Amino acid sequence: MSVKLLRLFGSREAPAPAPAPAAVARERLQILLAHERGLLGQQPDLLCKLREEILAAVSRHVALDPDKVIVRMDRGKNVSTLEVDIELPNGLEPALAAAG
Amino acid sequence: MAKVLVVTSGKGGVGKTTTTAAIGAALAQNGKKVVVVDFDVGLRNLDLVMGAERRVVFDLINVVQGVAKLPQALIRDKRLENLWLLPASQTRDKDALTEDGIGRVIAELRETFDWIICDSPAGIERGATLAMRFADEAIIVTNPEVSSVRDSDRIIGMLDAKTVRAEKGERVEKHILITRYDPARASRGEMLSIEDVMEILATPLLGIVPESQDVLRASNVGTPVTLNNPSSSPARAYLDATRRLLGESVDMTVPADKVGLMNRLLGRRAA
Repeated sequence: MSVKLLRLFGSREAPAPAPAPAAVARERLQILLAHERGLLGQQPDLLCKLREEILAAVSRHVALDPDKVIVRMDRGKNVSTLEVDIELPNGLEPALAAAG
Repeated sequence: MAKVLVVTSGKGGVGKTTTTAAIGAALAQNGKKVVVVDFDVGLRNLDLVMGAERRVVFDLINVVQGVAKLPQALIRDKRLENLWLLPASQTRDKDALTEDGIGRVIAELRETFDWIICDSPAGIERGATLAMRFADEAIIVTNPEVSSVRDSDRIIGMLDAKTVRAEKGERVEKHILITRYDPARASRGEMLSIEDVMEILATPLLGIVPESQDVLRASNVGTPVTLNNPSSSPARAYLDATRRLLGESVDMTVPADKVGLMNRLLGRRAA
């Protein structure tokens, strides 16, 4: 009983109701498809191309394992980010010093 | 003039085969001469849904490879005399299909039939691309659910790029058919609404088929849902969709199961 009363009085502090699941679904789809239509329609395999070119550019200066280069894209409503994660082998500094 | 209609979706399990059988039967009931063609090589099921699984002798691949003549492979429906089935092979794989071979078979079917309905396999691989390759019209079967809508969008892109019509600069006439729709869940905001799906896919709507137990009942006995129980809600939705396909203007509604007064008073759901 007392808990229910407290809930009644505390209702003003309740968080805003979560959006309906269907609304979340619609928004996720709209964002995703806007990107997929662009990527698939005009530049197939954009990520693959980016990965190859980044790999080529970096390996001109540093020896690296192609499997340790990860390119990820995160799609937001207004801004998308491109994340490039390159793992460099240890003992790189001497190699660079020798090269320099 | 013959029309080639592909029933496609990208995603599996959304109701392509059910739709092919239901609309094929409904067109035949409207006096059209119809053949339903199963493109799901290796995983055929249209024969089962049509109730013809024990009558398959030759299949699409036998015809493509010249082992059998087309009339030998066509199976006439036992209920509707102008409805025919061209089954897929159960033993071969999809690589046995060639574009030239399919093109020849479709051209031969065009000489005899008013409607050639191609039941596409799921996915975007060879079987699916060949099923849509020669299409004049397409039904994209979509469930009001994120993964199905995304795949439908992808398929729409392929219909606009990878069909013979698209390559000639013509267009494939596309229709969305929403299946497994639950009006109560949509009104509670738990399921994408018809408007949501239409806004996202921006393609005309052919019909709305409600989620219903009658679909399973019909496939259990191997009868298209439009023949098994024509007054059921999915059958009425498919019959309306078929009339729209034939160019009639039919109000867009979601057919509901009729609930008797006693059942309503007792709060029972229509079975």
